[in-house]
Formats: sequence, structure tokens, C-alpha cells
Amino acid sequence: MIELEHVSKRYGATTVVEDVSFTVAAGEFCVLIGSSGAGKSTTLKMINRLIPQSAGTIRVGGRDIRELEPAALRRRIGYVIQSIGLFPHWTVARNVAAVPELIGWAAARSLARAAALLEQLKLPPGEFLEKYPHQLSIGQQQRVGIARALAADPDILLMDEPFGALDPITREVLQAEIAEIQRANRKAVVFVTHDMEEALRLASRIVVMDRGRLVQVGTPLELLTAPASAFVRDFVGSDDLGIKLLGVATVAERLRSAASAPGEPIAVTASLRQALSRMVAEGVDRLGVIDGAGKPIGAIHLADLLRR
Amino acid sequence: MSAWPLRYWRDPLLWTGLALVALVLLMPSTKPFFAALFPKLPRPMFDLDSFADLLIGHMLVVAASSVAATALGVGAGVFVSRRAGAEFRAIVGSIVTIGQTFPPVAVLAVAVPVVGFGFEPAFFALLLYGILPILENTIAGLASVPAPLCDAARGIGMGEASILRRVELPLAAPLIVGGIRTSVVINVGTATIASTVGARTLGLPIIIGLDGANLAYILQGGVLLGLLAIVLDLAFARLLAAVQVRRG
Repeated sequence: MIELEHVSKRYGATTVVEDVSFTVAAGEFCVLIGSSGAGKSTTLKMINRLIPQSAGTIRVGGRDIRELEPAALRRRIGYVIQSIGLFPHWTVARNVAAVPELIGWAAARSLARAAALLEQLKLPPGEFLEKYPHQLSIGQQQRVGIARALAADPDILLMDEPFGALDPITREVLQAEIAEIQRANRKAVVFVTHDMEEALRLASRIVVMDRGRLVQVGTPLELLTAPASAFVRDFVGSDDLGIKLLGVATVAERLRSAASAPGEPIAVTASLRQALSRMVAEGVDRLGVIDGAGKPIGAIHLADLLRR
Repeated sequence: MSAWPLRYWRDPLLWTGLALVALVLLMPSTKPFFAALFPKLPRPMFDLDSFADLLIGHMLVVAASSVAATALGVGAGVFVSRRAGAEFRAIVGSIVTIGQTFPPVAVLAVAVPVVGFGFEPAFFALLLYGILPILENTIAGLASVPAPLCDAARGIGMGEASILRRVELPLAAPLIVGGIRTSVVINVGTATIASTVGARTLGLPIIIGLDGANLAYILQGGVLLGLLAIVLDLAFARLLAAVQVRRG
């Protein structure tokens, strides 16, 4: 869906992105991570031509982006930024319908789409459609920002530290929702962050950048177990490596299907980290496991967490 | 009886507007009042021209010059706020400021030999005077639009013209309208001296009154002029409230 080949960005003599190559397939959640000034935001903005690349080739949906008209390219790509950027003089409805309006949808269709998206993002449309951005909390504003990005149902979503300004609780809720939306619609997501916890929680693939260069590309598990360099190891954080490893695996992977256990069960989609946390908090060494419908399907033991 | 709610009757714009119209039409019948106030004056009521004509002439020259000043001021403000026009910003600012430093009388005096007597020299003098506040406020208004907002607009696929029309101008509108308001109110006053070059404005009774030491003429012109300025200011306050964006 998105291909970067030997992409560089130079401002005069300064190189901010150097020879970066990676691809993001449909249904993939790709997180660009690195400290500030690593070039991750610049890389993201080159994909929708907000910043022109100095060298290399970027293809979106198989086509070189330099052959596409910038505005037309951007309308096919959802864009979410940290400062949210809702238009303060427009209602929520008009903000969400901005891209459909640009590509010429009928007003009724745009409005219906906006209402459906707000519903999906847990903002009751009856209450929120006619509100103005300043009447919303920051978390609600970013929900509207995500709805706006999804309005024309783009295959690709670019997110530039979208949850950076949110409080930890709101951030976690929105992380879960964006992960759900991405999975359900098989979007290709490129997500910039400097928060490794966030990257490990969301990513199917992580691209680590340092001073404009690509340092390592891998799954969260690969990054944790086989860091390519001391930089990556430090960046991932080695002191609670075990906890992070448990965080990137789910109960489903260690399920004992024939077993059962007393007490409050845990969902099969929960992370092993959550399972460990429950065991420690409750002073037990096993938990019953239920599926999405709430049906008991087995158990997980403390010893299972130690298995590699 | 009336379908109008009470709040319309309490509207100061309505009352000052009605007062202006009434005073313009009824001014000649106040002659006994002015005769009593200034017993020594042989002609206590200005009657060289009808006050209605003078008011209309005054409003026409102010409206024409303000529309032109708005077009030029907003246009130049938008141009120098674009990347392509940024380098002209200092020059445009200087030219307009120099225009502002000429006394209006001097502009009128220079304009007469070029364009003749009457409406035109007044129009050019007021135009020159009216641009600066509009230009300055347009630049300030556009600069007040947060850059990340324009980035977001660009990022979702709005073109540059669309961003200007749908995002930047609406958000800058309160400041721009404020500039137009300042410009118009200044020009209502400045248009007074335009009657020296033959433009028919409410300045005529004032200039003739000053020339002939006729305080009654000065009062008649001055009262109408003051009321006109108040009506326009109230009207702009209304317009400003309408374009004021809702934001936190």
C-alpha cells in the first residue's frame, strides 16, 4: 500500500531523513518511533506530500506520489495530528464532513456518514453533530479528528503523535479504539510516536529511527528479543523487558484449552501482562479464560507465562 | 399589533437610524429654533442644498471609497501574507503608510488639477486614507490563524485557495471587519473637507458656516455628521458580532 525506497530529505546542507526504505501493507499498523529530531514526522509528511522528498521514490497504492496531484492524494489518505486542527468556526458535523464535501458528496450522504462515524467513536451524534470544537474536551476533539480522517473511508491513515496531548486514561481508550478500527477495516496505518509503550501496544511493525536514519524494522517481539543495536536496546528499555514481552503476547497464545480455574475469568484477547497483573493482585496462580461471547474456553497458569 | 418582538424596539441602531432620517427631513422646519438661538444671523438655516441630498452624497463618496479601499486593502493584505508575496510586505506597508501621512487637504489639492472638481478628488483622497487600517488588520487577522490549522487543512486535501476562503478569511474576519469599521468612521469625518473641492457632502454647511462665521450652519451639518458616524459604528458593531467566530 505504501512503499518508500531510498527516501531522503535535505534542507540545504542538513539531512533530516537519509536513505529510508520500508513498506506498509494493507491491514498493517506501522509505528515510526524515535527521539525528537529523528525524522519520523518528516518521513510521515513526505508520504502525503506535505513535505517534498529530496531523493528516492514513494509509492502509494502502487503509484509514484510525484505523479499525483497533492490535494487529490491527500484526500485519499486520512490525516490525524497532535494539535488536532479542527476548524473552530465549523460544527462537528461540518468538520467531519470536510473531505466528503471536498470530493463532492451530496450533503445528506456526508451528514449520514458523519453521524455514523461519531456513533462509532462513541460521541452520540444527536448530542455532538451541532456542537463547536471549543465545547468539547481534548479527548472528544481528537475523536472528532479521527472521525474526520476516516470520513471518506481512506485505505491509508497517517497519524502524527495523535495522542500526545491526551491524559493517560483517554490515551489508552483511544489507542484501543484506533486499534479496533484499524483491524476491522484493514487500513494501512503509519503512526508516529516517541512513546515505546504506545508503539508496543499498537504496532504490528515498528520502524525505529535515529538522527534521520532507519535503525531497525521489526515486530514488537523482534525489537524486544533481538534489538539490532545498543541504541534500540536502550530505546526499548531493558529494565522491564520481561513485562514488555508479556505485553506483546496475548492469553490466546498460552491457553490451556482443556483446563478451568475458579474466580473471575480473563478475556482470551487480554495481554499476558494483564494476566500476570491479575494473578499478582489476586494472589492466585491460575485464571479461567473466556472468549468474546463470555463462554469459558480454558485456563492460564502462572507457569505458562514463563514459557518461551 | 406588531409582529416585532420587543428587542427590536430596544435596538439603538434602529433609533439612531430613525433619528438621522427624521432630522434630515425635518431640519428646515427647525428654522424658528435656530433663529431664536442665533438672533443676529440674517440666514439661520442652511438652504443652498437639501440635507437629504448632502447626506446621500456624503454616504455615496464614503461607500464608494470604502468599497475600493476594502478591495485594495484586503487584496494587498492577502497577497503579502502568501509565500509568493511575502517579500513585498515591507514595500506595500511603506507605500500605504506614506499615503496616510499626507494631510487630506494636500491630497485634495493635488488631486483637483489631475481629476477635476467634484466627486473624484474626494473619492481618491478617502481611498488613500481608508486603505491602511484595512491592510494592517487583514495582515494581523491572517497572521492570527494558527499555522497547525492550515497544515491540517492542507493535510486533508484542501487547496490553497480553498484554505484561504474556507479557513483563513472566516477566522480573520473579525479583525478585517474591525479595520473596515475604523476606516469608514475616519472617512465619514474626512469626507467633510471634501466639500471644499466641490463634492456634495455634509461638510458643505460646515465649511460655508466656518467661512461666513455662521454657527447655525456648522451646528446643522455637525449634528447630522455626528449621527451618521454613530449609525455606521453601530451597524459595524452588528456586522462584527455576526462574523465573530465561536471558539474556546
